[in-house]
Amino acid sequence: MSKPTTAELERIASQVRRDIVRMVHAVNSGHPGGSLGCTDFLVALYFHVMNRNDGFDMDGRGEDIFFLSNGHISPVWYSVLARAGYFEVSELATFRKINSRLQGHPATEEGLEGIRVASGSLGQGLSVACGAAQAKKLNGDDSLIFALMGDGELEEGQVWEAAMYASHCKVDNLIATVDYNGQQIDGPTDEVMSLGDLKAKFEAFGWTVIESNGNDMASVVASLEEAKALTGQGKPILNLMTTAMGYGVDFMVGTHKWHGVAPNDEQLADALGQLEETLGDY
Amino acid sequence: MTKFTYTEKKDTRSGFGAGLTELGRTNPDVVALCADLVGSLKMQEFIKENPERFFQIGIAEANMMGIAAGMTIGGKIPFTGTFANFSTGRVYDQIRQSIAYSEKNVKICASHAGLTLGEDGATHQILEDIGMMKMLPNMVVINPCDYNQTKAATIAIADHHGPVYLRFGRPSVPIFTPADQKFEIGKAIKMIEGSDVTIFATGHLVWEAIEAEAALAEQGISAEVINIHTIKPLDTEAILASVAKTGCVVTAEEHQMNGGLGDSVAQTLAMNHPAPLEMVAVNDSFGESGKPAELMTKYGIDAANIVKAAQKVIGRK
Repeated sequence: MSKPTTAELERIASQVRRDIVRMVHAVNSGHPGGSLGCTDFLVALYFHVMNRNDGFDMDGRGEDIFFLSNGHISPVWYSVLARAGYFEVSELATFRKINSRLQGHPATEEGLEGIRVASGSLGQGLSVACGAAQAKKLNGDDSLIFALMGDGELEEGQVWEAAMYASHCKVDNLIATVDYNGQQIDGPTDEVMSLGDLKAKFEAFGWTVIESNGNDMASVVASLEEAKALTGQGKPILNLMTTAMGYGVDFMVGTHKWHGVAPNDEQLADALGQLEETLGDY
Repeated sequence: MTKFTYTEKKDTRSGFGAGLTELGRTNPDVVALCADLVGSLKMQEFIKENPERFFQIGIAEANMMGIAAGMTIGGKIPFTGTFANFSTGRVYDQIRQSIAYSEKNVKICASHAGLTLGEDGATHQILEDIGMMKMLPNMVVINPCDYNQTKAATIAIADHHGPVYLRFGRPSVPIFTPADQKFEIGKAIKMIEGSDVTIFATGHLVWEAIEAEAALAEQGISAEVINIHTIKPLDTEAILASVAKTGCVVTAEEHQMNGGLGDSVAQTLAMNHPAPLEMVAVNDSFGESGKPAELMTKYGIDAANIVKAAQKVIGRK
């Protein structure tokens, strides 16, 4: 099967963004800002970049695996997983409701296809990704591990434990991406806790670092393909991906105010007016 | 009735090391992780025989728990090794989210638990770990009593799919259980039959309970001694059957009174068959530096204290 074009990926992303705002609006809770900012990345990853097997198997042997460390952007992941065929798109309507498999933050307990570890308490995903990457090596499986972290999440010390470990152990089948949107709940990262020179920091920890624009589909795909080409060279790969929180909905762009707030009815209508329905709403 | 004696003393952590070595030879999915305490955890033999299946994490326990969770994805069975303090309290949220809630097949192997770690003092003498771990859904909690049982438990938990907390210790203690005794998770072992009082003991306190039984017998008191090596799932059937006969209970453990074996037994009794109960455990206090035996005496968790508790609880019947 041929890979989708940039235009086709953009059409999927538009639908995913519709899903996100509709999901959080329906339950008046959830995290639209980071979800919208990372939509292009997750669409590119699942529909173009990763080699995936049909169906879902927890062990993921012989296929690329993705871990979401910043679990609060679950709306975008759920939408992408559903649109990629892991479960029925109609299940998106259960997000954050009682008896749903689509928990506020991703969970494995009810067997939601596509989820391999719970996340939400921040800073843990890179460690898990390192372990899964090393298990692949032990199994002689040359497919890759992808992980996404928030930039605010880098304030957690465990991230740097994992960064040190990945480099020491030459975990070179791992591509970690940082959603570098410069925002966190209490405000801009520069005000809450300066992240400093992230490229220099990861390089000092022994990683190969690439920088990318996370809100331009062609650039997202190109950077992830570049990252793939850099694997297998003895170093873990860090994709420092600049995004705008809330990208795709003009009144949500670039502010922490939409980190964890749902749109009201009017705002939803406004947002949906900016996002073409391309695959049919759930 | 069986009389328990011993000819050799050994640390339970060496039982873990021996069990891990055997698993290295028999189960290719078993991998071992350690946070800079290879010698203390007796992992050298496993590492020598399986260098490609050993992962040195450095002093980064939180990272170790996450890595272990990740390694299960791909079918590995990770055994993490560090002190009990750093295996639980230090990494509680990592265990909670990435292992317990995510139902990962990780075996958290924790040495130097309790007061008998000795001279290092209270910073390292964790007495809250059983409580923390038993509260986590999906978690199995095991605290074996001697070298043989720790070795058997180590081997047995590899065949249990799901997270396990395996707790053992530093000092040399009597080896008194049979080397060929099969370890069944959640199945209490009746060590000594009795009729006046039941002593439910776990870990290092099982031997203390056996000594206490002999002292009680000299006073004409018939004590039943049951080894609760698995605190969760608790063998409530064995507990209730024994208490139906004896009518009163002493629990004994190297742990805080709050949250330990005594708590679990008390809950079982209160909900099913209320009976007088005394707890031999550390009473809401941190430990301190000292020799293991001195600490056991000072903090009231040795055979003499079990005897006193038994006398007292019989008087409450």
